[in-house]
Amino acid sequence: MTDVEFPVSVEALRRIREDPHRLGHRGHPVREVVAGAGHGLTGPASKRIIVGYGFWIFLLSDFVMFACFFATYAVLQGQTAGGPTARDVVDPTRVAVETTALLLSSFTCGLSFAATNARNKLWTQVFLGLTGLLGLIFVLLELQEFIELAQRGATPQRSAFLTAFFSLVGCHGLHVTLGGVWLATMMAQLQVKGFRREIMHRLVCFNLFWHALDIIWVALFSVVYLMGSLT
Amino acid sequence: MTDLEFDPHRYEHALDQREDHAPGDEPEESAGHWVRNYVIGLGFAGALTIASFWAAATHLIWGPAVPVAIAVLAIAQMGVHLVFFLHITTGPDNTNNILALAFGTLVVFLILAGSIWIMNHLNGNMMPMDQMMQMQQ
Repeated sequence: MTDVEFPVSVEALRRIREDPHRLGHRGHPVREVVAGAGHGLTGPASKRIIVGYGFWIFLLSDFVMFACFFATYAVLQGQTAGGPTARDVVDPTRVAVETTALLLSSFTCGLSFAATNARNKLWTQVFLGLTGLLGLIFVLLELQEFIELAQRGATPQRSAFLTAFFSLVGCHGLHVTLGGVWLATMMAQLQVKGFRREIMHRLVCFNLFWHALDIIWVALFSVVYLMGSLT
Repeated sequence: MTDLEFDPHRYEHALDQREDHAPGDEPEESAGHWVRNYVIGLGFAGALTIASFWAAATHLIWGPAVPVAIAVLAIAQMGVHLVFFLHITTGPDNTNNILALAFGTLVVFLILAGSIWIMNHLNGNMMPMDQMMQMQQ
């Protein structure tokens, strides 16, 4: 045998093994096999991954549903039947406050998850409570908007545009409301049961849900309110 | 205990570097890492939000370009949310999440672009409603 080495190819092999997609970070170093990691022969992934991933699939289907509402809105935007137009129903100040509340609630929700990962119950509850409060402000502002519009005669029956507007914005508001109910039950569960495994799974899902709501709101305030205020 | 019930987290750290990760989840990191991530995300998202509200209110931008600017800023902000709040990365531990997201985005795009395109054409090609009523009589 010779003692000739092939340092380049050895290095390349190592890199491929540790970073199969050449993404340059967080490769899977080949160490001992981990059961439950979801890698090929090692058996199914652990429940935390499956639960989170399954919820991610649900959220994507929720995005698809919202896309249908957005498509409806885009098609019916001009069909005002002589009634109020998009420009008439938009109150920029209220939308700005709503947007701030929801963005900050997404931020505090993230902070609560940071506290969850540090297993700090007090801060988790504090930040979850803040998230709920900001969500409540958002929902109340939206309710106020709907009531004011209804008082001016701008109800969903008035025109195709208003039907699409109320379905789209109302569907998102309903999501935030139900998210708030979920948040309250999560706080109660956490208080009583502590950081048990299934509680952690639910908190992962709740965080995903709340951040997803904010993503939809970004599309909503851009398309409905900001673009609506232009025409 | 079934295989699905087996949870390596009970024997190791909360999450392991070697595993796949669900969205919103990451391997065990210090609280500072999480907080820094969210603060950066809030900073970017806040700046983009302010920019889009400014773009809608200002008269400095050429009128027809304003909706485009708002759309671009909105898409950028969604990206910021995905990366900093939902922790979607390009790493190999996130391949499944990215693939699902790509498919979801494709469906959303087809629904939006398809509906708007088809309905606009229908609107352009259809007979005005009063003429149609006369035809039916």
